[in-house]
Amino acid sequence: MKKLMNDSRYVVEEMIEGYVKAHPDLIKQLPENDRALVTAKETREGKVGVLIGGGSGHEPGFLGYVGEGMADGVAVGNIFASPSPDPILEVTKAIDKGAGVVYLYGNYAGDVMNFGMAAEMADLEEDIEVGMALATDDVASAPKEEKEKRRGIAGEFFIFKATGAAADFGYNLEDVVRVAKKANENTRSMGVGLTPCSLPQTGEPSFEIGDDEMEIGLGHHGEPGIEKGPLQSADEVTERLVNDILADIEIKSGDKVAVLVNGLGSTARMELYTMFRKVEQMLSELGIEIYRSYVGDYITSLEMGGASVTLMKLDDELIKTIDHPVNCPMFVQK
Amino acid sequence: MQLTAKELKAYYKEIVSMVEEQKDYLCELDRKIGDGDHGVTMSIGWQAVNEKLDNELVDEEDCAKVSITVGKTFLSAVGSSVGPLYATGFMRGAKAVKGKTVLEDKDLAEFWIAFARGIKERGQAEVGDKTMVDTLDPFANELETKFTESGEFLSAFTDAVAAAKVGMESTKELVSKRGRSSRLGDRSVGAQDPGATSAYMILATFLNFVQAKTEQAI
Repeated sequence: MKKLMNDSRYVVEEMIEGYVKAHPDLIKQLPENDRALVTAKETREGKVGVLIGGGSGHEPGFLGYVGEGMADGVAVGNIFASPSPDPILEVTKAIDKGAGVVYLYGNYAGDVMNFGMAAEMADLEEDIEVGMALATDDVASAPKEEKEKRRGIAGEFFIFKATGAAADFGYNLEDVVRVAKKANENTRSMGVGLTPCSLPQTGEPSFEIGDDEMEIGLGHHGEPGIEKGPLQSADEVTERLVNDILADIEIKSGDKVAVLVNGLGSTARMELYTMFRKVEQMLSELGIEIYRSYVGDYITSLEMGGASVTLMKLDDELIKTIDHPVNCPMFVQK
Repeated sequence: MQLTAKELKAYYKEIVSMVEEQKDYLCELDRKIGDGDHGVTMSIGWQAVNEKLDNELVDEEDCAKVSITVGKTFLSAVGSSVGPLYATGFMRGAKAVKGKTVLEDKDLAEFWIAFARGIKERGQAEVGDKTMVDTLDPFANELETKFTESGEFLSAFTDAVAAAKVGMESTKELVSKRGRSSRLGDRSVGAQDPGATSAYMILATFLNFVQAKTEQAI
């Protein structure tokens, strides 16, 4: 393992310190809890607060997506581990402007428990109404019949984007949650892993894979995928990912989609754009219109090698949310 | 048997050392079916607890308050899924011995039964799902049965830890149904569950602790 770090026990704290110092105009740390970050620009009175969160190691996810048009605050966990209820509750208190708060996170056992405990505390101790929407976009993580068991991966970005916009439009909590759930319902992702990442504290690779192998459907914490085999060409891999997605959600000729080709940390833009080229070819052959594209590292897994493809099927409401401008430290859309 | 708050704190210190010793082994178990951080997570949590034991808990005489602080501190430090699970265990245990400065046989039995049942309730897992419940459920049942029969904590707890061990080992043959490893399906068979293992270690450490204490007394 080779990493630019100091004491492995403080990697998360030191990242947060650097992040907050780098963007004082956009982000601030709450005095009550080091792992609770909120937008430097005060959340508007009467606006639903959008709270995102999850483990560290997925940067720009999740702390990079706090800002105008997206999330109002983030609770930061240890590497690949859910934050505890404390920072979640502190962020909730800071961003509640009388209209309630929505929690957005990936469907993992730890996140479900910690966000659930925080929501109970917000309701009982602070009298703040909390809505929740979980990301379950990874088609490789469970069969279609058990869709509610699927984990959230790069598609979380689209859910943050749509929900942040809906809250900014002034929707009430019920409608913000409805948009969040619709965004998740319309989003599918699938990934491929080429090389593992290693946890700073252990230095051990997150999964084992040969130099000439790839793993289809690998999770973004290194959870095993559905198939390990010899490395194929960019076109073959992309075709597999897109076909599995299209087998899972009905997207017809004439439909509009948003596309995200997401790098897992150490995959070059050259490779990601090569994959996007194939996605575009396939969708245009099917008459599916790419309304907006995102190519780059949006939700990573430390220095893992590999990528995922995400499609979000758009209706008029989701188009409006996807067009909404955003100004976050790690993501800007004009 | 009687256990004072001072001794309870000494037991929590024993867990701190045990976790440091077993950290790499727990990570290794977790790499087979998860993301390989269970030992690290446990270490982060128990180091935070250690800090409390050395500072604000030094003069605490109330066993329940000690355990509540242990649970809350562990939860704040780790989050993850083990955070809420173990925190719930220690906090439910605390609730069972509220206001007590010395724990008698009955208190100890109630503490550990509440610990195990609290974790099961929080995680919503059942026996056979390949989780810490495979260790804790047979443990709590055996402890309850044996303690009701004999009224003697140490012998009942000894039998319960033996049942916990069988439960822990049974996870090797199980297909995971909960948490991240559940996505593995049949590929999880053959690996012992790291959560079931750390839960056993926590119980076994208590058994060693009270056995040593009893021997000293003789």
